[in-house]
Amino acid sequence: MSRYITRLRMRRTYKWNGRPVGEDRKLKRQYYESMSISVEGKTEDATVSLGQYILIEGDDDDNPFVAQLLKLYTDDSGKKKTAVLQWFVRMCEVPQNKRKLLGRDPHPQEIFFYQDRSCDNEVDGETILGAVQIEYVPVQDPFPVGKSRDILFVKLLWDTKSFRALDPELMQPSQSPKSPPPSSRGPQTRALPTPDPSVMKRAMSGILTRGSMSTGKMSSSEAESLHSASKLSAAKALSAKRRSQAVSGPQVRKKLDLCSPSKNMSRDDVLGELLDERSEKTLTSKLNTSPTGRISISIRLTPLNLNKEECVSPLSSHSPDKPRMTAHDKDDAASVFLGVQPIEDDDPEPLINTGRTPRKREATPRRAGLRGLKARTPSRRKDSAALREPALAALAEEEHEDSPINTAATSRSKRKSAQLVSSRIKKQLNLLGNKIGLQSDGEDGDDDDCFIPSKIDLQSSSDEEEEAKIDSEDELIVKKHRGSGTSRSTEKTRVSARTPRKTPSKKTAPATPRTPRHATPSIPSRTAPARKPGNVLEEARARLHVSSVPESLPCREQEFQDIYNFVESKVIDGTGGCMYISGVPGTGKTATVHEVIRSLQQSAEQDEIPHFRFIEINGMKMTDPHQAYVQILQKLTDQKATPDHAAALLEKRFSAPAPKKETVVLLVDELDLLWTRKQNVMYNLFDWPTRRNARLVVLTIANTMDLPERIMINRVASRLGLTRMSFQPYTFKQLQQIITSRLNRVKAFEEDALQLVSRKVAALSGDARRCLDICRRATEICEHSGSQKNSSGLVGMSHVMEALDEMFSSSYISAIRCASVQEQLFLRAVIAEFRRLGLEEATFQQVFVQHQALCRVEGLQPANVSEGLTVCQRLGSCRLLLLEGSRLDLFLRIRLNVSQDDVLYALKAD
Amino acid sequence: QDRCGCVLMMLCDGVCVQAQKLLRERLCHQKLPDQPVGLDSQYKHLLELLRRTAVHGESNSVLIVGPRGSGKTMVRIHEHHFNAAPVAGLLQTDDKIALKEITRQLHLENVVGDKVFGSFAENLAFLLEALKKGDKSSSRPVLFVLDEFDLFAHHKNQTLLYNLLDVSQSAQTPVAVLGLTCRLDVLELLEKRVKSRFSHRQIHLFSSLSFAQYLDVVRAQLSLPPDFPDPKFSDEWNHSVTKLCEDKTVEEILRRNFNGSKDFRSLHSLLFLAVSRVSVSHSTLREADLIEAWRLISVDSKANVLHGLSILELCLIIAMKHLNDTYDGEPFNFQMVHNEFKKFIQRKSHSIHKFEKPVVMKAFEHLLQLELVRPVDSGVCKVQREYQLMRLMLEHGQVMEALQRYPQCPTDVKQWALSAFG
Repeated sequence: MSRYITRLRMRRTYKWNGRPVGEDRKLKRQYYESMSISVEGKTEDATVSLGQYILIEGDDDDNPFVAQLLKLYTDDSGKKKTAVLQWFVRMCEVPQNKRKLLGRDPHPQEIFFYQDRSCDNEVDGETILGAVQIEYVPVQDPFPVGKSRDILFVKLLWDTKSFRALDPELMQPSQSPKSPPPSSRGPQTRALPTPDPSVMKRAMSGILTRGSMSTGKMSSSEAESLHSASKLSAAKALSAKRRSQAVSGPQVRKKLDLCSPSKNMSRDDVLGELLDERSEKTLTSKLNTSPTGRISISIRLTPLNLNKEECVSPLSSHSPDKPRMTAHDKDDAASVFLGVQPIEDDDPEPLINTGRTPRKREATPRRAGLRGLKARTPSRRKDSAALREPALAALAEEEHEDSPINTAATSRSKRKSAQLVSSRIKKQLNLLGNKIGLQSDGEDGDDDDCFIPSKIDLQSSSDEEEEAKIDSEDELIVKKHRGSGTSRSTEKTRVSARTPRKTPSKKTAPATPRTPRHATPSIPSRTAPARKPGNVLEEARARLHVSSVPESLPCREQEFQDIYNFVESKVIDGTGGCMYISGVPGTGKTATVHEVIRSLQQSAEQDEIPHFRFIEINGMKMTDPHQAYVQILQKLTDQKATPDHAAALLEKRFSAPAPKKETVVLLVDELDLLWTRKQNVMYNLFDWPTRRNARLVVLTIANTMDLPERIMINRVASRLGLTRMSFQPYTFKQLQQIITSRLNRVKAFEEDALQLVSRKVAALSGDARRCLDICRRATEICEHSGSQKNSSGLVGMSHVMEALDEMFSSSYISAIRCASVQEQLFLRAVIAEFRRLGLEEATFQQVFVQHQALCRVEGLQPANVSEGLTVCQRLGSCRLLLLEGSRLDLFLRIRLNVSQDDVLYALKAD
Repeated sequence: QDRCGCVLMMLCDGVCVQAQKLLRERLCHQKLPDQPVGLDSQYKHLLELLRRTAVHGESNSVLIVGPRGSGKTMVRIHEHHFNAAPVAGLLQTDDKIALKEITRQLHLENVVGDKVFGSFAENLAFLLEALKKGDKSSSRPVLFVLDEFDLFAHHKNQTLLYNLLDVSQSAQTPVAVLGLTCRLDVLELLEKRVKSRFSHRQIHLFSSLSFAQYLDVVRAQLSLPPDFPDPKFSDEWNHSVTKLCEDKTVEEILRRNFNGSKDFRSLHSLLFLAVSRVSVSHSTLREADLIEAWRLISVDSKANVLHGLSILELCLIIAMKHLNDTYDGEPFNFQMVHNEFKKFIQRKSHSIHKFEKPVVMKAFEHLLQLELVRPVDSGVCKVQREYQLMRLMLEHGQVMEALQRYPQCPTDVKQWALSAFG
């Protein structure tokens, strides 16, 4: 194939042809039918119009991306042209390991209709190179020969999993763009402290993405994917329904707007814009991801709007005194953007005029910091990853003309000051390359300003982890680039290709001296193997042990479903949320949540839902509420930090936008123990999920139903929300079912015996653990008695009764019966004294008088005071008596801890 | 011949000392019998439980409840079969210390020498991680023995208990959590979720020992083992022990001890005193030894103190006793005691001189120091010492008994004590 005009060092200019065909006043968009591209040095203009196949500038100059133009629009400023596309892929863009799925050698000119919801379908209109001819070839037919080499053939459809026959209908250009129906709540109504035009614009583009999702084609294919979804559970169907709603109308859009934490914005003026920015990304990705069940989180890598507008190197902003991008007025973004196109541009600014200025130099440092922040993109993060590697890499990038840093910088650089210092910054960049090890690429800069003084080194490791994630999803990245369709994508591929090789060495770097701190926790292994259960009773006992994980959790289907739906929907939507689960001990709360997570993880394995992280903390398993931060952080990133530090890092993690962030499902068991006086631990736990970029689902478990009302202050309880669930104690039928299902046809119990146990436990506590323990004990009793008499070998009523007696009967009576003579007499004396006084309390002196009298009656030699006290103390240590003030000697106060009747009964039977 | 006799004496002496040493060790070190007496079923139950943990890798938790001296600690005989971590509530007074102790005993990897590294939180996380890593089939079972279990229930949040019991209820390293306590109501101390995780197995060690069995134990405790180096001596000794146990007075003493408490600790201390009286001159245990031992052991501690008082102090005690009788146990002050004492001196006393008030005051203060008298509310209010309200910490009977035994007590004092009202 001949080289396309791309590489020609030409400047292209883009013009709209004709008048706008439609206008969306809410979004301030004007839709056009065609655009003409005039290339310098060529007389005739190329015109692209809707429905046409076009080439989009990509990472490979020889093989630019191919797409069908669906929409063209501009925003109110008229500067930025955006195109909505239907992508096609070349074979070389299909992941290596999937290529064999085709089953034949691809035709050199063959392309595939690309069906993947997760791929951004909006590009900058100015990345369009020109029109191309595509021919549809029916599946059975051979490829035509002898045609021009510039014609591409499409035969099949690639949906990221398999090649399928392409319905020619799909190839038809879609209906002409209409202005989306006016939504009741436009971006203008956002509660922004200062409606910054750039923010507005971004907001719009985010919404536009949404709008584009609702085109007819999309929703139809989405329905298809729904039906083909292998998972048919009600939960799935529900969430699918929800998803389809999400792309269907303005109401939903409104809803999504509501999702964005405008609350946060108003909370903190300084952070306001930043958050808005982030939420925008979230929105975009949310929308991108929603239509199919299969969502790649990596989408966030290149949401279109981000690419255009935000590309300050995170490097430049990690601490106040580091060079920082100057942000620019948005208006110029588009035109400036051209400056970094590989072809000539009309922007006069030289490339080295990057917008990097040391932050200190700016007139309004605070503001600048925010801008810098805003300008950070996920894609940049990768670059920074590269930058972190030895200086050479950084330099190389720096030198590279269309390096994203420069791109970004240029796109921003409008200020004079920026131009003045640009060369200096370039030097600094080189420096950065050298001392990169010290610096992190993360978003420290912004957050530093707000709440963390300096935590650079810690940040780096968390970023490393993110990169690791990126690496693992390398394959997906190929597709991601398409979304951008900008020069930057070139850079990205390179970077992403490089990172996996280099990061591992980076990770192993923190070699720490071998101290006991790094000891691996382990228990020595046993010498002889554990014996397997030998007979039916042992088998039954093993199955009845609380620890044995049952195949399913009977009697908690409803709760299971509810939690499943909740978590699944949050994971799919990439949003966050809290749920509070209450119930008395032993009602299967934790087990149910684990079960939910297990099955969600299974479906994640099968790619039915996005992958997510599951983290569990338990209030009881930490020494202090603030350790929760440490544990969460450690489980998330394997970092160790002090509680304060960990809190700061988590705060940052959950509030900063990050590419490919997996949803984190956090289970907080025994929530009530995380209570502190200021309740900041709980506050944070419930606040994080509300952040736009958090993607955090918090499931909390505690015993009391009214815990939020009882111990939480309002702002905490409010954040916890009203998603509550309460686990009722098991009824006897449920308990019976639990035992039966655990036994799973191992015949060890008589029916009646089971019923007795479950009824008894249900009446007392409904605690399944207790129930299982009793059954286990009953099997033991059966085993012991089984040898004596020839019974059925099953656990019968008598055994169960015995076990119940053992566990429930009070031991006081037998304790009294087995007490010594003097002890019994003393108890009697206590009762006699109580009766005499008519009170329930007496002093030792008083009781002792009675005791001596009783001794005489019984014909025993009266005990002396020392002996009497000894007897009294012994009874006290068993808690048959409650003693108060043991220092008082004779005036020791005595109360009974058993009812008088019990004592008398025990003594009488003697 | 002399030399021969001397050698014989020394030999005899040696044998006697040897026997005494053996018995003392048995009684004093609380050397445990191989099998507990009268607790067979409980013993079997526990053994079976531990066996299942050891053999099948089944996690269990059990509480052993019994009064002091009932043989709870005897379970520790079997500790060495396990990867055991005994902790005691009285020694490991909080979870932090207990955790370090457990980690140390399990020889986890964060232990170097006898030092455990890391903070409390780290230690906890480390131990839990270690236990979590293990599984039923491959890890060596761990036995946690919590002596004075009830004290662990007072630790903050019951973190340690929760975690140990949680491990015992989940598919992790097989553990046996063994709690020893003498509190019958120990389960009420557990927090509800800790309680739910406990298996509710309680083994009660109530000795249902009869007096005959008790006598057997005494005999067994005093008998010399068959492998004693001098069979002649041991025969003689054992014979004397058997005879001793049949003696009426001895039986009476033992019965009184038995009535007092059934545990073996009090018996041991009684027998220890008796055995200590054996000497070369009388190389067998005689009933007199036991009677003397009993007298020493059963004597009232305060009566002993009274014996050491001066006459003046004794008189003050008597005055206070009269005041107690008159005012029915209401508190009194020094002035009242002094008045009472003066009345006695003026009216009845012939043998006792008149004491100056400061002298009497001094005597009273001595009584205060001995805590035979105690201020009602520990000197909170600034009252003059003479008028501070006091209570007598003696029983009527104790005073009378002390008077009976007081050496050379003047008769008029005795009479005064016996008279109804001063």
